[in-house]
Amino acid sequence: AAMIRFILIQNRAGKTRLAKWYMHFEDEEKQKLIEEVHATVTVRDAKHTNFVEFRNYKIIYRRYAGLYFCICVDIGDNNLMYLEAIHNFVEVLNEYFHNVCELDLVFNFYKVYTVVDEMFLAGEIRETSQTKVLRQLMMLSTLE
Amino acid sequence: KGIIANTPKRLRDLIREIRAAKTAAEERAVHHLNSNHTKKRHHPPSRCRNVAKLLLYIHMLGYPAHFGQMECLKLVASPKFSDKRIGYLGAMLLLDERAEVHLLVTNSVKNDMNHSTQYIVSLALSTLGSICSPEMSRDLAGEVQALIKSNNAYLRKKAALCALRIIQKIPDIMEMYIPCARSLLNEKNHGVLLTAVCLISQMCQLSPETLNHFRRLVPNLVRILKNLIMSGFSQDHDVNGVSDPFLQVKILQLLRILGHQDSAASEQMNDILAQVATNTETSKNVGHSILYEIVLTIMGIESESGLRVLAVNILGRFLLNTDKNIRYVALSTLQRVVQADYNAVQRHRTTIVDCLRDTDASIKRRAMELCFSLINGQNIRGMAKEMLSFLADCGSEFKADCCSNLAIAAERYAPNKRWHVDTLLKLLAAAGNHARDDVVVAAVQLISEQSAYQAYAVHQLFYYASQDFSQQPMVLLACWCIGEYGGGLFSDCCADGLETYSAKSPEEVLGLLEQALLSSQSRQSTKHVAVTAVMKLSTRLPHQEQQLLDSIRHLAAYHCTSSQLELQQRSVEFSAIFRHHENIRAALLEPMPVMEGRAESGRDLPAGSGAAAVASGDSAEVGDEVAAAAAAAAVAATFESLINFDDSSTGGVPNATIGLPNAATNSSSMLATNNSNSVAGPLIDVFGDLGVSEPAPVSEASALPALPPIASAGIAGLQLSLAGSRQQSNNVDLIIRAVNLGDTNMTNFLLQAAVPKSLQLSMMPASGDCLPPAGGSVTQKAVVTNPNGVSALCGLKAWSGLKGLG
Repeated sequence: AAMIRFILIQNRAGKTRLAKWYMHFEDEEKQKLIEEVHATVTVRDAKHTNFVEFRNYKIIYRRYAGLYFCICVDIGDNNLMYLEAIHNFVEVLNEYFHNVCELDLVFNFYKVYTVVDEMFLAGEIRETSQTKVLRQLMMLSTLE
Repeated sequence: KGIIANTPKRLRDLIREIRAAKTAAEERAVHHLNSNHTKKRHHPPSRCRNVAKLLLYIHMLGYPAHFGQMECLKLVASPKFSDKRIGYLGAMLLLDERAEVHLLVTNSVKNDMNHSTQYIVSLALSTLGSICSPEMSRDLAGEVQALIKSNNAYLRKKAALCALRIIQKIPDIMEMYIPCARSLLNEKNHGVLLTAVCLISQMCQLSPETLNHFRRLVPNLVRILKNLIMSGFSQDHDVNGVSDPFLQVKILQLLRILGHQDSAASEQMNDILAQVATNTETSKNVGHSILYEIVLTIMGIESESGLRVLAVNILGRFLLNTDKNIRYVALSTLQRVVQADYNAVQRHRTTIVDCLRDTDASIKRRAMELCFSLINGQNIRGMAKEMLSFLADCGSEFKADCCSNLAIAAERYAPNKRWHVDTLLKLLAAAGNHARDDVVVAAVQLISEQSAYQAYAVHQLFYYASQDFSQQPMVLLACWCIGEYGGGLFSDCCADGLETYSAKSPEEVLGLLEQALLSSQSRQSTKHVAVTAVMKLSTRLPHQEQQLLDSIRHLAAYHCTSSQLELQQRSVEFSAIFRHHENIRAALLEPMPVMEGRAESGRDLPAGSGAAAVASGDSAEVGDEVAAAAAAAAVAATFESLINFDDSSTGGVPNATIGLPNAATNSSSMLATNNSNSVAGPLIDVFGDLGVSEPAPVSEASALPALPPIASAGIAGLQLSLAGSRQQSNNVDLIIRAVNLGDTNMTNFLLQAAVPKSLQLSMMPASGDCLPPAGGSVTQKAVVTNPNGVSALCGLKAWSGLKGLG
């Protein structure tokens, strides 16, 4: 297998802004994972690589302002590609919310889930074209 | 910010309240209030949504929200899109895949998948893709298949990934998706292509027959890839000037799966791989990610060697990149391919060595491992220098591994022995307290073998130990060597004309050992070794001055009252030697024979029974154990067998039944018990080629049926012969005859024999203990009982005078 296990957006304090799981975990496990990821990722600074081994997976992460975007993938996955995927996702968020900031993600968390579902599904990358995703999201918001 | 304005009031207020809470307790209070409100069932329909949103927010922050599951289900069933949306979101987040409530969603999902509005269908598909139990998959597999063939590209994409999820849950269903997956590959739409490739990759991974089936598609994939890179600018999917890197990477992954271990398929890919590799622009990370995937693919299929070299060169270029992510990725991959493409990787050795100085610990570790894989006979000197300087500066988490690995490399590729000794000593000095025991053992082994460099080694060690007493492995080694080879310290040592070490006075040397015994920095193992070393030194002194001997006695007795059992025992026994057995002290503490058994086989698997115990675990004890065993064995029965005791007796302690003709029976029994205290293994270790001091008579393995008489090599004028006859099936009578062919009178002649544990030996009194020159002889009879019927081995040793002949 070479799939995404989960996607997490956390702030520096450890508050979860988005958690999307692509495999089954119990609730307590999920909490533990969130805490572990937070502990692992926040101690690293600019002189570390963006990849860190985590249990028997690995985490590709990138920090944007006060938020850590983490994708947990299998060991055999292409690190550099998922780094691109994170950046792609963040750029879409930026367009969608017009210069996104953390508060946008907080107050519109359910919309962020929609964005995630447009771009990732079943543990794989689904749509990579930013224009297409944004067009779709605009359509959806008119139905609100 | 028009989007925020649409957020219903209640949700915003809640979020504000939660954020305003200053402490965790306040936050919990807010949640409590709100959950109570939410639990009430009677909400007007318009507020249902908001309620659900509250629930989800609460859930995301980590609070339990399961009471909301039914609400979500209600929402899902509602005809309004906005309701459904929140309902499905809630279902995805709150519904546990294994809960039974889960099944209730199935019906709604099924209906929605047949809905006319594409957005609702897509919601259903998203949900299915996210939370999918085996039962649900079975129910909905048919719908998904229909949707893969839908004329809506948007839906086709989602359906393909749903199918992926479904076959992960139920691999048997895979069959039904094969034809539609194949047709998906003909699409132009990138998103559909991407998902189709994912689906096919998954199918191939799950089932080898499907893999064979899809191999035929390699030309199609190659064509798609080619179009991607040639067609230039595709606005939609372009990332930093590279057209749809995600699709490229996915196709490359699929090509890897298809080409793995199949030369025909790999053949078809060669060209395109080279083409993509050379055409990809590498100024940004995107390009690198594609190149990385290409490297992985080249290494994973049966590619021609030119292509593999290309791949390694790409990795070499990565190493020079300023972005540490890329360097990290390159190092990990190089480690994986170094076995297969050794020469190609060697070319990049200098760059890899530079990575040792990187600031990131994970990069350093990978560089270190890779460096060790690259060491060979030609570059050992340079590499060893690099690794030693790395060892001196690196963090403590690396030191143990680096030290052990470097010791292995040094042993394998050392250009000469002097270099080897030097390097091991420098290694221990640099690694300090992090050096593992096996390195110390290797050093002991090496020094005992290299008689030419023993004096040099001892001087070096003395220097190091006096410089920095806190480095315990080094100090331990120093104590052991000083004990064994301390004689060398008392004269100047000129090491190959380079440096001269001045002679040390006995007082200085004893001073160091005293420090070892008394200092609180010394570990227990160091103290054990030091006590024995002190004793051994008493026979190595240049002059047997009474004052020195007194201080030695004092030091040896120092720990007679120690609370550590081992230390006390040694102290007491050594003191006893001074008190009661002064006459045999010198014989007891003779230099040891060279340790054998590890010499040929290198470090991991000591050949021969002897070394087994040497390598195992407590090495610190070993040197000392062997010494103690040597001391005890000298009288009790030091035996050497020139042959390894074979299979039956590996590790068995030779039974020492002594036929001591006269005197000191007390001492022999005491030391005999001491002998049995000593560890089994090391005792055998003494049996090896003496080489150094004592020449040895030949001992012979005698097979059971017939025992031919054996003449042994005459050494120092002594000839031993062994004649045997079988008495009964299990007993053998041995008659050992010693003839003195030399010119000197041999007095106090003593013969000892040893056999493995599985046998029993009893010796009759010898005919005499004096061998007149030129032909005088002594015979001694022994009976060997072999109850188990194993092949018997016997070791012999002869003593004459105070110092053994051999």
